[in-house]
Amino acid sequence: MNIYVLVKRTFDTEEKIVVSGGKIQEDGAEFIINPYDEYAIEEAIQKRDALGGKVTVVTIGGEDAEKQLRTALAMGADEAVLINTEDDLDELDQYSSAYILAEYLKDKEVDLILAGNVAIDGGSGQVGPRLADLLGINYVTTITSLEIDGTNVKIVRDIEGDSEVLETTLPLLVTAQQGLNEPRYPSLPGIMKAKKKPLEELELDDLDIDEDDVEVKVETVEIYLPPQKAAGRVLDGELQAQVKELVNLLHTEAKVI
Amino acid sequence: MSKKVLVLGEVREGSLRNVSFEAIAAAKQIADGGEIVGVLIGDAVAGVANELVAYGADRVVTVEHPHLKSYTSDGYSQAFMAVVGEESPEAIVFGHTALGKDLSPKIASKLQSGLVSDVTEIEGAGDSALFIRPIYSGKAFEKVKVKDGIVFVTIRPNNIAPLTKDESRSGGVSSLAVDITNLRTIIKEVVRKSAEGVDLSEAKVVVAGGRGVKSEEGFEPLKELANVLGGAVGASRGACDAEYCDYSLQIGQTGKVVTPDLYIAAGISGAIQHLAGMSNSKVIVAINKDPEANIFKVADYGIVGDLFEVVPMLIEEFKALKANA
Ligand SMILES: Cc1cc2nc3c(=O)[nH]c(=O)nc-3n(C[C@H](O)[C@H](O)[C@H](O)COP(=O)(O)OP(=O)(O)OC[C@H]3O[C@@H](n4cnc5c(N)ncnc54)[C@H](O)[C@@H]3O)c2cc1C
Ligand SMILES: Cc1cc2nc3c(=O)[nH]c(=O)nc-3n(C[C@H](O)[C@H](O)[C@H](O)COP(=O)(O)OP(=O)(O)OC[C@H]3O[C@@H](n4cnc5c(N)ncnc54)[C@H](O)[C@@H]3O)c2cc1C
Repeated sequence: MNIYVLVKRTFDTEEKIVVSGGKIQEDGAEFIINPYDEYAIEEAIQKRDALGGKVTVVTIGGEDAEKQLRTALAMGADEAVLINTEDDLDELDQYSSAYILAEYLKDKEVDLILAGNVAIDGGSGQVGPRLADLLGINYVTTITSLEIDGTNVKIVRDIEGDSEVLETTLPLLVTAQQGLNEPRYPSLPGIMKAKKKPLEELELDDLDIDEDDVEVKVETVEIYLPPQKAAGRVLDGELQAQVKELVNLLHTEAKVI
Repeated sequence: MSKKVLVLGEVREGSLRNVSFEAIAAAKQIADGGEIVGVLIGDAVAGVANELVAYGADRVVTVEHPHLKSYTSDGYSQAFMAVVGEESPEAIVFGHTALGKDLSPKIASKLQSGLVSDVTEIEGAGDSALFIRPIYSGKAFEKVKVKDGIVFVTIRPNNIAPLTKDESRSGGVSSLAVDITNLRTIIKEVVRKSAEGVDLSEAKVVVAGGRGVKSEEGFEPLKELANVLGGAVGASRGACDAEYCDYSLQIGQTGKVVTPDLYIAAGISGAIQHLAGMSNSKVIVAINKDPEANIFKVADYGIVGDLFEVVPMLIEEFKALKANA
């Protein structure tokens, strides 16, 4: 089994977000592997261990993304690829991200690609399905269970809380939903081994991609924080009186009841 | 310049989802005077076509085929692309639902277009429209411009108000015959877990419980409160993992995203992944016995106390209010 996992380095959204000059301030912020991609990495490792083969983790990003790739290698992935666009591109959108990944993967022998169902920062959930379409392979999103038997695949996916059971075949791209598995933490020996595992770095030239091919289709013109809500009112006094006051406020002040 | 806009109407168990009417309102703004064409895909969907017209579509195209009974990205993309081929739209609007999220990137890829997902607000109209969407788990917003090609957006349910329904509007309904072939996915079964009644993602009032609810029975008072308010019950991941309720009730990044007029959080601590699913609610009430709980940071009104005391009192007060109204 030739397994690829799409990994995105993301801003840890549990951190405080500061916007200045119309941009998210990244200095000093924590960066992590997108949590949904951790499920994807874990599933890839389990499938490789059960069925044999190789797990390659791939990311588009800058030099800094090497850290997240090393973490994936420490979890148990075999190889990593960093497609470094830092010097070539000022802008990237879902269209161009999927295009770049497709150019990298199009000549590879691919049995299974795993991605996260959504990136917690950009949050569009587009990159997986777009890539599958460009490669001409089938995809299934938000999966919570994956069984592979030869080239036959049985999947349970989450659709707004209902579960859909379906069958399809390899080659296939799936996107991981919470509940698929419990991602492991990298072990100390894993971390030591990861330092020696292959990490290939590519630029657009290496993939024969012209900058014109990856012109973005959409552009962010402004980033801002939600309007500061007036500080909420924590009521006080005797509990029964608080409840009365709350109902009254919802009725007369907030006018939602 | 005015634009011709296609809107995908989503039919679930025979009825159109509310988000489809909201999508028509969004389309109206993007169209800037252009034509709005509703698209219905399924095995038997023509029956609801007039409702799309009543909500503002100028006409409707249906694609019906036995292979379209269940949603698959292969089947629906063949159907939708056939309509695109016939109509040559300049813009497309879907709801940001499970179906919309799954299908829209595939269509965008085929059209080599951009796609602005999960839009909560549209500023301006026509060519100068700007699309606002939450990013960073709802902690920030971005304003996006489409630079090139078709304007394609998905809209988050319950954020853009639908137009007033007008039964007297009329518009043509035509059907397009499409051969649906080569489905690579076979749907075996759909296990429905979501409760009957008010659809959580479209409810005007949501009463949500967390690990603080402590048991399955603990959810009973929350259900009663939701009933009194004509709303739906939701939950945190904590409550679902503890098996107090089904995962279909989960609200947050992994679960449903809701934007009700009133969100009542009882025994929920307010983790970022939970907030990502509800922080856009118009009014948030928090009931938690820990005054330091994070949920109070996003709440408009808070009561520090035991939910098992507060919720029954709330039920009585709301009942009294309704009785006097
Ligand atoms: C000026 C500018 C510079 C940018 N530079 C970068 C950058 O250096 N790195 C970056 O990640 N984003 C960058 N972005 C953001 C980028 O446009 C989006 O993050 C990207 O298109 C993915 O979209 P999304 O966040 O909606 O991901 P989603 O579509 O929600 O992601 C779903 C899944 O797709 C996969 N995936 C997504 N993005 C990547 C990726 N980059 N590599 C591998 N797999 C991926 C993951 O498995 C992820 O879970 C930049 C944006 C701008 C405007
Ligand atoms: C990738 C990822 C995705 C996730 N997605 C989601 C998601 O979609 N939705 C989600 O909700 N979470 C999600 N989580 C989990 C999230 O991080 C939290 O663990 C979860 O939201 C906690 O649930 P809780 O608030 O019910 O429980 P807790 O954090 O345990 O809080 C319980 C609260 O109840 C209060 N309490 C206890 N007893 C009472 C009482 N008698 N009266 C009043 N208050 C009381 C306590 O003070 C406490 O604040 C996700 C996590 C990850 C890693």
